[in-house]
Amino acid sequence: MKGGIEMISSVCSALLGNLEAGIILNDMAVKAESLQSNTYFSGLSPEELVSIQKHIFEKAVTRGEIVIFEGEPARAVYFVISGVVKVFKTSSDGKEQIIYLARPGDSFNDVPVFGEGLSLASAEAMTQVVLYGMEKDDLEASLRELPKLAENILRLLSQRIEQMISLVEDLSFRRVMGRVAKILLENVEDTNGQRHRLTQQDMAAMAGTAREMIGRSLKLLEDEGKVRLERNRVVITDKEALREIAGVGI
Amino acid sequence: MTKMPEIDRDKCDGCGLCIEVCSCHVLVLVDNVVEVKERIGCQQCSKWCTMCEMVCPVGAIQCPFDVITEE
Repeated sequence: MKGGIEMISSVCSALLGNLEAGIILNDMAVKAESLQSNTYFSGLSPEELVSIQKHIFEKAVTRGEIVIFEGEPARAVYFVISGVVKVFKTSSDGKEQIIYLARPGDSFNDVPVFGEGLSLASAEAMTQVVLYGMEKDDLEASLRELPKLAENILRLLSQRIEQMISLVEDLSFRRVMGRVAKILLENVEDTNGQRHRLTQQDMAAMAGTAREMIGRSLKLLEDEGKVRLERNRVVITDKEALREIAGVGI
Repeated sequence: MTKMPEIDRDKCDGCGLCIEVCSCHVLVLVDNVVEVKERIGCQQCSKWCTMCEMVCPVGAIQCPFDVITEE
């Protein structure tokens, strides 16, 4: 009897341990179609996918949970199966810069895993999220065996570099803030009360930048006292200063 | 009337990401198309966080801002 209770207790502890870690290991649950929807595994043959499946673990994450902390050792690449993950960096004074949003079909934590380093950014679940993960060693072993996988990863890492260079350009030169200031001045309610309503996506397209940069620029303008952000309004509080930032004589 | 996120029903593919990310719980799926609950209930988008617009993979949700000068 005592042995039976101990056994049940030990099974429960093991299950709770896995739940606490948010990790459920279940090779059978790993679906080939879910894998194929990711850039890493597109174009792989059914046999090649089977060889990948055995290395995949599944992780369920609740909204608001941090999946990866910036600076911790990068042990695995994650693939988003459902939900949205925010990949971001935080400055020493607590300001957040979103690098990108990883949606179903996207991956994250790939660069540090291949670079043998620490995680370069944090990752937080914005919704309930299901992830597939692959440990660094397993990924490297598969890379050596599957040329198509290596080709896919090369393409994806190239895209990441292009994305980062574009972000560096925007962050370096304050030019986005100037363009946002100009857009606000050009779209302010006119003397006839005619309003031009703008989404952050509109502003991003007009400024030629990522949407993530618009939110940051508006916040910076608010911190500097040039605008005030209300529920669905941008109130220009210092038009002259905004004109100066925009570098235009509107 | 309180402004609400604007939804393009033709673009919406019913993926539900906006519903999951909405902290005001103001969105719901009706016939596989996202709908603002205000039209069928009483909840309101109180934050205008624009997260629904941000996560939408097909650009079906818009949270526009008015740009005005302080009087």
